[in-house]
Amino acid sequence: MSARDSILGKLRAAAPSTVKVQPDVASWYASHRPVESASAKAARFRHFIELAHAEVHAVTAENWPDKLAAVLDARRIERLLVAEGTPHGETALDELPRHGIECSTYDMAIEAWKTEMFTATPASLTAARAAIAETGTLILWPDAKEPRLMSLVPPVHIVLLDANQIYNTFFEAMSEEGWKTGLPTNTLLISGPSKTADIQQTLAYGAHGPKELIVLMLTEQETVIPAQAGIQNQAESLDSARQGKEDQQ
Amino acid sequence: MSKQHTLHFKPAEGFRARSKAVVDNPFLRQSFRGAMDFLMAKRAAQFPDSEELESLRNLGEQIRQYNLARLPELLEQLEAKLTANGIRVHWAESPDEANAIILGICQQWNAKLMVKGKSMVSEEIELNHAAEAAGIAALESDMGEYIVQLAGEKPSHIIMPAIHKTKEEIARLFADKVPGVDYTDNVDALIQIGRQVLRQKFMEAEVGLSGVNFAVAETGTLCLVENEGNGRMCTTVPPVHIAITGIEKIVEKLEHIPPLYSLLTRSATGQNISTYFNMISHPRQTGEKDGPEEVHLVLLDNGRSQAYADEQLRKTLQCIRCGACMNHCPVYSRIGGHAYGTTYPGPIGKIVSPHMLGLDATAGLTTASSLCGACGEVCPVKIPIPELLIRLREESFSAPQPQPALRGQGAGHSALISSIWKGWSLVYRSPKLYRLLSWCMSRFNSLTPTRQGPWTSVRTPLQPAPRRLRDLLADKK
Repeated sequence: MSARDSILGKLRAAAPSTVKVQPDVASWYASHRPVESASAKAARFRHFIELAHAEVHAVTAENWPDKLAAVLDARRIERLLVAEGTPHGETALDELPRHGIECSTYDMAIEAWKTEMFTATPASLTAARAAIAETGTLILWPDAKEPRLMSLVPPVHIVLLDANQIYNTFFEAMSEEGWKTGLPTNTLLISGPSKTADIQQTLAYGAHGPKELIVLMLTEQETVIPAQAGIQNQAESLDSARQGKEDQQ
Repeated sequence: MSKQHTLHFKPAEGFRARSKAVVDNPFLRQSFRGAMDFLMAKRAAQFPDSEELESLRNLGEQIRQYNLARLPELLEQLEAKLTANGIRVHWAESPDEANAIILGICQQWNAKLMVKGKSMVSEEIELNHAAEAAGIAALESDMGEYIVQLAGEKPSHIIMPAIHKTKEEIARLFADKVPGVDYTDNVDALIQIGRQVLRQKFMEAEVGLSGVNFAVAETGTLCLVENEGNGRMCTTVPPVHIAITGIEKIVEKLEHIPPLYSLLTRSATGQNISTYFNMISHPRQTGEKDGPEEVHLVLLDNGRSQAYADEQLRKTLQCIRCGACMNHCPVYSRIGGHAYGTTYPGPIGKIVSPHMLGLDATAGLTTASSLCGACGEVCPVKIPIPELLIRLREESFSAPQPQPALRGQGAGHSALISSIWKGWSLVYRSPKLYRLLSWCMSRFNSLTPTRQGPWTSVRTPLQPAPRRLRDLLADKK
């Protein structure tokens, strides 16, 4: 008998005859997570991702390339990996050279340029598909144009996020977008730069992935995102200075 | 790289000696105490609202029980969906079968190097040994796992593997074992050394291995939780990704994930979310420029079906491996993870290891508990750990049955101890016998031995009082 048949046979012989009631996840979220306004969600998102050591800039559709150039300039970075064929990638390709920034593209399979990606790519620009306010989380669906390693290998990762695309919770994001009907090769939630506290619970950034995560948050006009007035519960209890971490498995 | 791994399971007989060695070492005690206090405070800060915590734990328990109740059909659904997505599914009943599957894939690819993301199931099957024997280097890439591998040790905590080491010890280890590295005890510098070494290895490796936190049947998706990004490296850079998981880590619906994920990170390390949540549903598809060409999933039983067969013990499989039970355990926080000798230490280790290794190899572990109940109280999916410990004690120490449901049942049984208890029960049920015995004990109390086994190793001997309570009361009348 194959291992498969043997395992399934043992489990079937023991499976309970009474079927448990389907858990009602939707009503838990409905009763515990109030729906917030767009600006409250933007504020909450910003609060939590900043606690996780990300940098957030409010930008507009017009000025984001300038802001991006300034962010790179402040770090003396002269090279940026962008996704050709995406609207934001094309804008970067058009606008950044005049700021003295050279844009490279992910135009071939990683096997052909692994060393360059790992050793000579200081920064990258990608878009976020959406975000989650509750935890300060970016949602990325990498694809052929904007591959997976763009948000992992370069030490500085810059993300363009439309502030209208922020959900309250992870549950709301996956429900509204109908994820259960099919997911892409890789779906990512990113909530800050790479970090570890594996040495004596001391937090260190840039463990294996980006050392810095910078969010350019697109709003209709250049508005100041309100300070986190209404953010209670986890906010106060989180002490960013003592933040620990580690890998769950 | 050091190849002096001493990862092998250590038998339970050595438990007492290993525990004593830790308790006698003030530095180790300090490391564990400090780390556990830190993790307990961080978890508490994540759950300021006790009503919300309780309702979320109830939901978590309900989700895990619902999915376990349908485990066989969900495994088939997962297999069908993953296969349709292009991910190959393998089944293994034992660690040997799992190792053979993984190393077989490595050999097809002529792999010399396998980089590993943190996976407790790979520790459970002792994959690193098997890989070494097959001439394949298995390199841990989680910083904590990398440190314990360099030191030739085992993880001492399921979430924070190097929790027993000070930064000075790690600094000396790096200076000794990593070529071209000078001594530094600056934590940022140490992490950057690890980053440089391991980035090179991510580029070279032919195979990346990972665990799985949740497998979703309806979409055919493997979910991985991490902070460092090494898990993403292992599952994205090498041409082959092999994931290994226990058969219980499965949920039917995607919507079951958000509550469990939130309970996991908040209970484990007191984070409201981890840095990365990596959801893998396909190998690299046509036109995509990175990601592995092959993705494999190995589903491991290794005793889980034994726990599943018993309605009470099935609750063991609700576990989402957050480690909160060990962080809050008065025994774990004093003796640390290595003393147990098993892959999974602490309260969860005591209830899961007997199914993997047999009660004969783990009989003593179930007694290493004060039954204070803290583990059950903090468990995010409400596993009644103290109840299960008592049940496993009964299974260990009761008389062996001809066809036991649990491997090693009765292994701790002793005819002498059993007859002592029978005698005790007889005496306590008969007032006459009780009076006679207590009279003898008080009258001949000077005959009590002064050496009373482990009791007198740290305490003065017990001696019956010269006069019984009954006698004292009689005087008062």
